[in-house]
Amino acid sequence: MIVSKEVRIQITDRNGTSHEVMAPTDLNMNLMEVIRSFELAEEGTIGICGGMAMCASCQCYVLSDHDLLHRGDEEEAMLSEAFNVRENSRLSCQIPINEALENLHIEIAQED
Amino acid sequence: MIQTDILIIGAGPTGLFAVFEAGLLKLKCHIIDALPQAGGQLSELYPKKPIYDIPGYPEVGAQELVDNLMEQIKPFQPGFTLGERAEKITKIDDKLFEVVTDKGTVHRAAVVAIAGGLGSFEPRKPQLPNIEQFEDKGLLYMVKNPAQFKDKRVVIAGGGDSALDWSIYLSDIAAEVVLVHRRNEFRGALDSVEKVQDLKSAGKIKLYTPYEVTKIEGDIQLKSLRLKSNQTETELDLETDFFIPLFGLTPKLGPIANWGLEIEKNAIKVDNTLDYQTNIPGIYAIGDVNTYPGKLKLILCGFHEATLMCQSAFARIHPDKRNVLKYTTVGGINGFDGSVKQAPKAVVKTID
Ligand SMILES: Cc1cc2nc3c(=O)[nH]c(=O)nc-3n(C[C@H](O)[C@H](O)[C@H](O)COP(=O)(O)OP(=O)(O)OC[C@H]3O[C@@H](n4cnc5c(N)ncnc54)[C@H](O)[C@@H]3O)c2cc1C
Ligand code: FES
Repeated sequence: MIVSKEVRIQITDRNGTSHEVMAPTDLNMNLMEVIRSFELAEEGTIGICGGMAMCASCQCYVLSDHDLLHRGDEEEAMLSEAFNVRENSRLSCQIPINEALENLHIEIAQED
Repeated sequence: MIQTDILIIGAGPTGLFAVFEAGLLKLKCHIIDALPQAGGQLSELYPKKPIYDIPGYPEVGAQELVDNLMEQIKPFQPGFTLGERAEKITKIDDKLFEVVTDKGTVHRAAVVAIAGGLGSFEPRKPQLPNIEQFEDKGLLYMVKNPAQFKDKRVVIAGGGDSALDWSIYLSDIAAEVVLVHRRNEFRGALDSVEKVQDLKSAGKIKLYTPYEVTKIEGDIQLKSLRLKSNQTETELDLETDFFIPLFGLTPKLGPIANWGLEIEKNAIKVDNTLDYQTNIPGIYAIGDVNTYPGKLKLILCGFHEATLMCQSAFARIHPDKRNVLKYTTVGGINGFDGSVKQAPKAVVKTID
């Protein structure tokens, strides 16, 4: 039997409200797209560059202790120009959804 | 005052193609855009990237598509108000709207088509306490008129393509170009990074990395900047005539949100069963800026919406005229500039 796998992710939105969502691991989605598909940030305020690590509108903070703190080169460069960046900042469009993300907790950063 | 048939707000692909469809119906267009160049997201966000889903083009560069659209609409002589943001709309009477920009330019048209995409591109401002006080007083977020830097001292901040490209460009015009970036690495096209390297070695660009601007000083006019090293915490003061922070642009729906239009999810609700008209008759919204059940923010959808909007605009402008669809292959293109494009006539000839 083929079961499509989903992982449980906790997402705190920009108003501080926490949401628990089930994200599919088999649809080639990234975390920014998951946030958009559940409409947890206002349309037009997230994913502006479409997920090319070029806008930082999808910045989030990793709150759980998942091993996610390694940023890519372009991501690092973009975050160096973004505002409100912390140690645990990531661009959510650069995090592909996979099984290792079970019970991940993130917070969406405020808009610039 | 600028007067036209259809006033288009936004020079992205949707707004540009609307000029073509309007031209086929002999309607004149004028376009306003907040950016100094046409092309919308394509030119501003991804000019060098390929697009794969334009019908008939297996692959086309984003800037190339914009250039092609500009070429395609040339015979219809659109007017442009660039570098200005549409700010206010007033209904003069049943057949006339007036739109005024932030710079005070007045436009009048029977029909307004909002093709504003994700919104007008606004600069991301560095978080410095007194920054707004120096805006347009030595502090600029966009280069619109390079000649104004002739023989002046310019400090540019940023680490991406636009910071690199403007540093290169202005190094030929300005008396002094200083580039400040908070990291040692820049991110941009390889040739731009290499060019800045060369200009730095030649002493034509002065580089401060990893430094950040932490303070602006001046009385009315900006006079100097405080720079701080991210490595050693050393501080220094730099006298300058201009400061141009280039930290990218983000789109904001802006003033259009207060025009009395129905807004949902940061987009304008339209009637997609008919003509993409908004809740205010005579005002249409096409492309990324609109929303309706099943909406997709794609270039090809914007093209379709622009086409239907023009038909409806024609009926509004000429309620007494009938209109039948003409194929361009059959009818050709008759430009307002007098140019004519036509399919070659078939010959009628015996073969013996
Ligand atoms: C990285 C990336 C990749 C993409 N790839 C594809 C793809 O492969 N295929 C595809 O179909 N689509 C793609 N898109 C989406 C595509 O770019 C948009 O659908 C398209 O640009 C929408 O065109 P538009 O003319 O409606 O709006 P835009 O291109 O957003 O242009 C709107 C213009 O209106 C101006 N404006 C807004 N408000 C005002 C105002 N008040 N006053 C003055 N000017 C104003 C803005 O400055 C802007 O220039 C991509 C987008 C991005 C970011
Ligand atoms: S969507 Fe632009 S950086 Fe992630």
